[in-house]
Amino acid sequence: MSEQNLNQFRGTKAQEEQLQEVIAKHRGQPGGLMPTLQEAQGIYGYLPVEVQTMIADGLGVSLSEVFGVATFYSQFSLTPKGKHVCSVCLGTACYVKGSDKVLEALEKKLGIKAGECTPDGEFSIESCRCVGACGLAPVMTIGEEVYGKLTPDQVGKIIDSYMDKGGE
Amino acid sequence: MTFEELTRIRKEKSDLIKVRKLVALEAEKLAANTAYRKQVLVCGGTGCTSSGSKKIIEALENELKAQGLDKEVLVVRTGCFGLCSLGPIVIVYPEGTFYAQATPEGIVRIVDEHLKKGEVCKDLLYKETVHEDGSIISLSETNFYKKQLRIALRNCGVIDPENIEEYIGTRGYEALYKVLDSMTPDEVVKEVLDSGLRGRGGAGFPTGRKWMFTKDAPGDVKYVACNADEGDPGAFMDRSILEGDPHAIIEAMTIASYAVGAHQGYVYVRAEYPVAVHRLQVALQQAREYGLLGKNIFGKGHDFDIEIRLGAGAFVCGEETALLTSIEGNRGEPRPRPPFPAVKGLFGKPTLLNNVETYANIAQIIRKGAAWYSSMGTETSKGTKVFALGGKITNVGLVEIPMGTTLREIIEEIGGGIPNGKKFKAAQTGGPSGGCIPAKYIDTPIDYESLQALGSMMGSGGLIVMDEDNCMVDVSKFYLEFTVDESCGKCTPCRVGTRKLHQLLDKISKGKGTMEDLDLIDSLANHMKSSSLCALGQSAPNPVLSTIKQFRDEYEAHIKEGRCPAGVCKELLSYEIIKDNCVGCGLCAKNCPVGAISKTDYIAPGKKLPAYEIDKSKCIKCGVCMNNCRLKAIVRK
Repeated sequence: MSEQNLNQFRGTKAQEEQLQEVIAKHRGQPGGLMPTLQEAQGIYGYLPVEVQTMIADGLGVSLSEVFGVATFYSQFSLTPKGKHVCSVCLGTACYVKGSDKVLEALEKKLGIKAGECTPDGEFSIESCRCVGACGLAPVMTIGEEVYGKLTPDQVGKIIDSYMDKGGE
Repeated sequence: MTFEELTRIRKEKSDLIKVRKLVALEAEKLAANTAYRKQVLVCGGTGCTSSGSKKIIEALENELKAQGLDKEVLVVRTGCFGLCSLGPIVIVYPEGTFYAQATPEGIVRIVDEHLKKGEVCKDLLYKETVHEDGSIISLSETNFYKKQLRIALRNCGVIDPENIEEYIGTRGYEALYKVLDSMTPDEVVKEVLDSGLRGRGGAGFPTGRKWMFTKDAPGDVKYVACNADEGDPGAFMDRSILEGDPHAIIEAMTIASYAVGAHQGYVYVRAEYPVAVHRLQVALQQAREYGLLGKNIFGKGHDFDIEIRLGAGAFVCGEETALLTSIEGNRGEPRPRPPFPAVKGLFGKPTLLNNVETYANIAQIIRKGAAWYSSMGTETSKGTKVFALGGKITNVGLVEIPMGTTLREIIEEIGGGIPNGKKFKAAQTGGPSGGCIPAKYIDTPIDYESLQALGSMMGSGGLIVMDEDNCMVDVSKFYLEFTVDESCGKCTPCRVGTRKLHQLLDKISKGKGTMEDLDLIDSLANHMKSSSLCALGQSAPNPVLSTIKQFRDEYEAHIKEGRCPAGVCKELLSYEIIKDNCVGCGLCAKNCPVGAISKTDYIAPGKKLPAYEIDKSKCIKCGVCMNNCRLKAIVRK
């Protein structure tokens, strides 16, 4: 599967209807653009230009304004993420306990860098700033699951367990 | 809601909650007044949830039902107890016994042996609560809690945050009634002013003056906002307060709205805090149902409601003008002050903006009086401060101490010291805007002024402890990487300055720096401080400046000798296997996360298996091999 294919917009009719409801809810609300983008990302998983355009048209603001806000905040993603989002905490408490080495081991294991997605769309890596589980530092999350008190050598096994589960 | 109703709920609930605050003997007497023989509190904060407290609660409820104890034992899911490294935490009252790192299997035993038969499972307790002679102390008597003074955190780990009646049981919403019933807005402002409370978000501006400015600002429409965009990595007190005691914030904001004349409030909270957002939503809904939020509160004619706005991951939005711009739905860029938000804030209207921890003190100041509050703390800094202890310290967690407590008391007594017999090197406060306090100042009493005098700052209260294995050049570089990422780009000194500073530090960490670079850093830093638009850029050089000042020899070792004394900076070190010491057990190769270690043909004299070697081109220098080698055959150079 080529990268071109992966990034092609594949929004469904149902998703669009959901989005239109969200837009209608926030239209005219002061400061409604951010909540709209947040909910839109919840529907599509990311914010491709097609979605941004619908939001701009729907809320009656310019596309450049939508793009400006979408690119300002790190929570918003303009590219799709993997099925399993692996997020390594690089907050201070985790960093002083060696989370940078956990991240590096993860990058080597999956063969991608932070911010990228594996070509099969299974995994993507992110670094984040503090999930607030400082007592478990260093911490990595995969989806909702939290892995704490990690050492670099544990990363491989954790990823393997997801490959077994999601190897369809 | 009337005051009579409020009092009725309080009386109903107060014994139930007092049981959780007293030491065993008195608590047992009180427990007899309540409908429950025992109460089991399980921490539902983010830390404990991450270590599995949901499964614990499930197991507990199932087991209680199975044993037929569910009518006499109350299960309460609380907010954060503070001792996050021991999670999931389970506490049984009235005894106050403290089970640490609970497991579902352990829960089955606790229900059977402790709750049913009355025999405490000593082996499952937090070890510090069991004395050598076998006697057990309660949670409040441990070193971790003994020295603390909990005001902002008073209900965290005590009440069920999703039950408004438990909050009322601790005299919740009485301050709001008092304000609406018998105080003028001026009196409210004066009380806050007299308490000496200062902003807990970092800068320490007197809270009462903010309230006064907003009250006095002309305009019919005003707003009250709460800054819960806790961006400082490693600080999590705001999250814990929202998770553990959300009604305290709602009550305080409502009091503030009456004082300044506002009818709409906003809480701007990080989207990364789903538990906090959920609890706040639940609390807002309950407050509305009980008539404590909305129209005509307590029938006294004051209207106020609160809306939640989610941040989207931008550190700069912790800055007040950026935060307000973000609530307006724009890119969260700061703007020049004045005009201050108190005059021209959200949607151009006068806006009162305080931090979560600041608000958490308000209701108690109103109820107990300014004199009570200002009797605690130091000359210039009144009351208490919550710190998030993290890094190389035994008791990672949340502590609240009176201002003026020394660093030594926090680290050695409350924090339990540095693990693994390592030496304390420095404490970092104030996050990316603060600095490192070296070990020699460990006896400094902590307040806003003393930290600033040491080149650091109070900040929001992250306190990261570092030991001898942490490199100060690397730590500075880490913070600069953070500010490079988080600089919003609006003003040049910050956008370009942070990047240049980072480049210089990177150069030094690779052993390629010169002594002139240190001068360059100094002059660049001063330019950034004087010309950046907001506090992010103005304070971004602090981590570098403070470490150069306090740990200059470490910088010089990198520059002059090409050596990283702490053994952290990767370009300056390598791992090697001393082949003659290697017995060929292969543990290093098995544990290497990147497969950089392989077998050689060489068998050392007296050994049976071939030795291993490290392929330096693949090695990521994580040190796992060295930690796994039992024969000390691997060295770091």
